[in-house]
Amino acid sequence: MYRSNVLVCGGTGCTSSNSEQIIDALNSEITAQGLEKEINVIRTGCFGLCALGPIVVVYPEGAFYSRVSSDDVKEIVSEHLLKGRIVTRLLYQETVGEDDTIKSLGETDFYKQQMRIALRNCGVINPELIDEYIALDGYTALGKALTEMTPQETIDVMLESGLRGRGGAGFPTGRKWSLAAANDADQKYVCCNADEGDPGAFMDRSVLEGDPHSVIEAMAIAGYAIGATQGYIYIRAEYPIAVRRLQIAIDQAREYGLLGKNIFDSGFDFDLDIRLGAGAFVCGEETALMVSIEGRRGEPRVRPPYPAVKGLFGKPTVLNNVETYANIPQIILKGADWFKSIGTEKSAGTKVFALGGKITNTGLVEVPMGTTLRTVVEEIGGGVPGGHTFKAAQTGGPSGGCIPSSLIDTPIDYDNLLAIGSMMGSGGLIVMDETTCMVDIAKFFLDFTVDESCGKCTPCRVGTKRLLELLDKVTEGKGTMEDIDRMEELCYYIKENSLCGLGQTAPNPVLSTLQYYRDEYEAHVKEHRCPAGQCKALTNYFILEDKCVGCTLCARNCPVDAISGAVKKTHVIDTDKCIKCGVCQEKCKFAAVVKR
Amino acid sequence: MKSLEELKAIRDKARSSVEMRENTDAETRVLVGMATCGIAAGARPVLTSLVEEVAKRNLKNVMVTQTGCIGICQYEPVVEVVMAGKEKVTYVNMTAEKAVRVVNDHLVNGNVVTEYTIGANKQ
Repeated sequence: MYRSNVLVCGGTGCTSSNSEQIIDALNSEITAQGLEKEINVIRTGCFGLCALGPIVVVYPEGAFYSRVSSDDVKEIVSEHLLKGRIVTRLLYQETVGEDDTIKSLGETDFYKQQMRIALRNCGVINPELIDEYIALDGYTALGKALTEMTPQETIDVMLESGLRGRGGAGFPTGRKWSLAAANDADQKYVCCNADEGDPGAFMDRSVLEGDPHSVIEAMAIAGYAIGATQGYIYIRAEYPIAVRRLQIAIDQAREYGLLGKNIFDSGFDFDLDIRLGAGAFVCGEETALMVSIEGRRGEPRVRPPYPAVKGLFGKPTVLNNVETYANIPQIILKGADWFKSIGTEKSAGTKVFALGGKITNTGLVEVPMGTTLRTVVEEIGGGVPGGHTFKAAQTGGPSGGCIPSSLIDTPIDYDNLLAIGSMMGSGGLIVMDETTCMVDIAKFFLDFTVDESCGKCTPCRVGTKRLLELLDKVTEGKGTMEDIDRMEELCYYIKENSLCGLGQTAPNPVLSTLQYYRDEYEAHVKEHRCPAGQCKALTNYFILEDKCVGCTLCARNCPVDAISGAVKKTHVIDTDKCIKCGVCQEKCKFAAVVKR
Repeated sequence: MKSLEELKAIRDKARSSVEMRENTDAETRVLVGMATCGIAAGARPVLTSLVEEVAKRNLKNVMVTQTGCIGICQYEPVVEVVMAGKEKVTYVNMTAEKAVRVVNDHLVNGNVVTEYTIGANKQ
């Protein structure tokens, strides 16, 4: 019996800032103090507050230590674990009350407006121990479905709950299941789309790293509902921690007989295998994904027939996203009415967002649908750092669009986001401030889709390339007003004629920035000026005469010798030689270097 | 896995290992003085004994934790029981055996073990 639990985040974020070393140091220090029978060190999944990683939480006190390094471990063990004195200097400042008491995490700005359903076990359990998942009612939903419900009743609960696909498109999950269930076949399949490819998105990875069993349990439930006995999880090979934990989880579930033959003595058989994706973005598209599982080149095909009719190996298949699955055991346990009571009328439940970009609390948040963007950015996210102002948020990655600051009070749900020209997407939420050039952002995402277009259909392969060339022209100040019109026309052409979701949504970043920030495009074209000062071709560095003291620091640091001037005399930048690296501005102690 | 009962048995067994992580707002807090003075006087077996007894009795809403020196070093090991809305009870010169009785009499049945309290032990 342990008197204290020390939870160390083992998500990808904290692992990359050396949480493994912290675990090692904790274990050896605890052994050195002879506490190994009293203190349990647990590697968990992501806590969400990645900006403050590596994170260590000590229970029963609930002390939330942030930015811990292995040098701090000795102090934590000897002070906190041995003598019971919390190491206040390492505590997340938000959790320290006025009189130095610890507030619970649930009271901090970051957590108090969140509601965790898909992430309920992330940062709570050890994902490599099936017993801890079971301790928090894990696999009870599967047991309930197999022993107390018919497949049709299971589907009915999903239909009734209003759960929609969390991969981005928002197709009702229950409908997907009932379509696949209605098709008779000798073999059916359940697949999980864990090919999370949007730049800046890491929701699915975190679920799989922190709570892999919830996905396994839900896939077994889906198998029971539609009559499938085999499942595949298609996950990108770039997620090594998630892949490893998933495999451990599958092995443990098999050992307990929660996968395999005759589960819960119900006569239902179900097993799961992992298939690794090689990193092609298009393989997140459902038809390409299934072709890739079959071992062929990942290219999409025309729909219909939809996967529910003709999917993997030509058999009826249900394909859901990781986060969708993570919601399902809770819905079965707590009922459709409970789930429906959360969120908005047409978008039930919660949504996980990966907050990134110009925001204080970079990390993972889960909020009820209908929460406004303002709450997510300003309250949970802690606002834009460095005294900058919020300009826009980008949702939906390369398929989505921008939400400008004027629409910051929009409640986030599927339909509202579509109405304002963006989309829910898988949940990446990139915050931008006034130093972000919207044309440059559109170019960034389009550059990504050009690279990732599989090349099967012409509108996507050639169209996105031509669109990128036009954007390049604009950011170099060589564009014309006709180019902008041509871009818009091309966007609609690509949307309407592309084969799959990748091409159909690729122009969205361009269209939505054109819709809300046309003036920025026009400034690039008409005035040859980048209002945010991001487009290199349109900005130059200058030295202000009245501020320069002639210290020569900039000249000495310039990599291309573009700065000239004698000691104690005003220096000058040769704009022809300048490569606009910005080193001079960084080095100048007198703020004499400006960009315009 | 053959039945829900079998699953429930695993759940109940594993429950105690994760319970502590959800229970930071416990109604009853049991604080064991674990500064140098406390440890030297034998606070560690007291703490372990409290933790085990609370787990054995399956008490909900009880958090057993450490605290620093409260300044009465000659009375160590010291255990304080803080219950919401009630006056704090301070037990002194504790041992592992006395700790078991405190859990059973005080935490389970609500009867303060007066003879162990600081009031009864003033020198």
